[in-house]
Amino acid sequence: MPQLFQRYTNTLAPASIVAVFIALSAAVWGMHAIIFSPYATEVGQPVSQVVPFSHQHHVSGLGIDCRYCHTGVETSAFAGLPATETCMTCHSQIWRDAPMLEPVRQSWATGQPLHWNRVHNLPDYVYFDHSIHIQKGVGCISCHGHVDRMPLMAKSETLYMRWCLDCHKAPEVHLRPANEVFVMKETVPDEKRGAALLRAEEIDKTHLQDCSVCHR
Amino acid sequence: MPTTVQTCETLSERLSAVVLKRPTKLGWFTCLAISFTGVLMLNVAISWLLLRGVGVWGINEPVAWGFAIVNFVWWIGIGHAGTFISAILLLLHQHWRTSINRFTEAMTLFAVACAALFPLLHLGRPWVFYFLLPYPDTMRLWPQWRSPLVWDVFAVSTYFTVSLVYWYIGLVPDLATMRDRATRRWIKVLYGIGALGWRGSAKHWARYEMAYLLLAGLATPLVLSVHSVVSLDFAVAVLPGWHSTIFPPYFVAGAIFSGFAMVLTLLIPFRKIYKLEDVISERHLDLASKVMLATGLMVALGYASEHWMAWYSDEPNEEFLALNRMLGPYWPVWWTTMTCNILVPQLLWWRRIRTSPLPLFIISLLVNVGMWAERYMIVVVSLHRDFLPSSWGKFHGTVWDWATFGGTIGLFFTLMFLFVRLLPMIPIAELRKQTVEEGKEV
Repeated sequence: MPQLFQRYTNTLAPASIVAVFIALSAAVWGMHAIIFSPYATEVGQPVSQVVPFSHQHHVSGLGIDCRYCHTGVETSAFAGLPATETCMTCHSQIWRDAPMLEPVRQSWATGQPLHWNRVHNLPDYVYFDHSIHIQKGVGCISCHGHVDRMPLMAKSETLYMRWCLDCHKAPEVHLRPANEVFVMKETVPDEKRGAALLRAEEIDKTHLQDCSVCHR
Repeated sequence: MPTTVQTCETLSERLSAVVLKRPTKLGWFTCLAISFTGVLMLNVAISWLLLRGVGVWGINEPVAWGFAIVNFVWWIGIGHAGTFISAILLLLHQHWRTSINRFTEAMTLFAVACAALFPLLHLGRPWVFYFLLPYPDTMRLWPQWRSPLVWDVFAVSTYFTVSLVYWYIGLVPDLATMRDRATRRWIKVLYGIGALGWRGSAKHWARYEMAYLLLAGLATPLVLSVHSVVSLDFAVAVLPGWHSTIFPPYFVAGAIFSGFAMVLTLLIPFRKIYKLEDVISERHLDLASKVMLATGLMVALGYASEHWMAWYSDEPNEEFLALNRMLGPYWPVWWTTMTCNILVPQLLWWRRIRTSPLPLFIISLLVNVGMWAERYMIVVVSLHRDFLPSSWGKFHGTVWDWATFGGTIGLFFTLMFLFVRLLPMIPIAELRKQTVEEGKEV
């Protein structure tokens, strides 16, 4: 009786076992790579806007405070976007004819607000409040990155739940005194200062990771 | 052993002929078609469930665990007989297991597959089932290790994997026999791939025996652990009717009880149709019945101690539960359970009944029904009236509940019919070995 299988099947059989392991590992690695790639997270990917507003120019160039435009950040859940009138406080005087600012003038003339596209968009099942984070001393830069270096606005963090929890687990690493919250400088982790701030702000870490803190 | 004189050659010839030479009869096609209709029904039921959500199952507060959990426990219990027969009886040198172990292992696999469907579908969003597994996710969430539902995931998936590997290892020498006896080339190649190059050398046999024994050792604790974990899904909760320390052993006994009932339900017709009465003899029926009788008595002890504890604890909610089971709105469930699981199996004390296929078949069917009713009693009847009368409610399976349940029965039998048609349902190699060994003794 002739042999059913050729000699090479002796190699093929064990090789296929190895191949399955390699394929599985590659699949897992690939999934991970995609999920944390800018393609999926949109980190560093500028969002197109009707007016190419430059935070870099307004923040580091002109030194305008965050709260000049994002007025609600200290007191409400939503930091707020500026009304057209806020833009026009300056732009009725300077760059009055710049073609780039045409939509702003249009909006002022017609009373139709500008339609900005959201950059940081959390799912609706997440309860997030800017005011508590600001009040307890989380700097803008901790979540939004170096806004003062962004000609066009882009996310600098994934906003994945894992990322939220990393800070909720050890908030002291990111805390700063109230007068530094709006300063565009990275927090230098300082154990002593962190612990002192935790105590001063009466932050109870034991419940910061409860489901109901963010999912209400 | 067989009444007619069997040699290795006649055994190989006869048992492989069931698959290779026996023409595919109209009866087989009819049975497969009927079972497959069930699979189609299951498809429709699952599609509807995915479209509309678990509400189509008639579950709501307070009865949020309806048919899905009843069926899950029922199916996985049935699976236990296979592992019990193939692993524990092997380690206990019960040679009679040889004739039926392949068949019952297949039954285990298919039953576990049916069982696993239910908790998955009951998730509501089965496509995110992987949330139950510990994996590096974007949420930094880890499964809740204190929850028995997570233990379930591991218990059932381990059980399925070990059962599958054990079944397959056992099949290897037989697949080689099939390969050697098949006449058409493509059939030879298919069985050949499955046989993994088995040549039956002494080295092969030595390694095979060692692997088989080790796997039997691995599978043995699973017989006890899987249904214990399933029982903890209930026992860890504080609900009267669930919160009971007797649950793990009581569930394991119930699982083997129902498993042997299913073994008999399947074996009795199959041995007749395929004329295997000499291989699966009356002795096998007798012994399987004895196991059923013994485990049935353990289950009866479980019921008795539950009711005794209700009285002895002097706990009003427990007492109420016991009375509610007997006399409440679901009273037929309790009476069915007691009749089918305690009264009917007492007939097995008679040897004549243990060896006559027809009465045995009917008893096994009744036990299957009884064990389903028992799980219905534990799941639904416990849930529908708990501590707060304001949250009492009722549950009745909807047409989709029944369609899903019927569908899994269809799936089970479809797989079973395909199995008996495509693979040797009696372990040829092991029977050959037994014939030789017993021949020596005589």
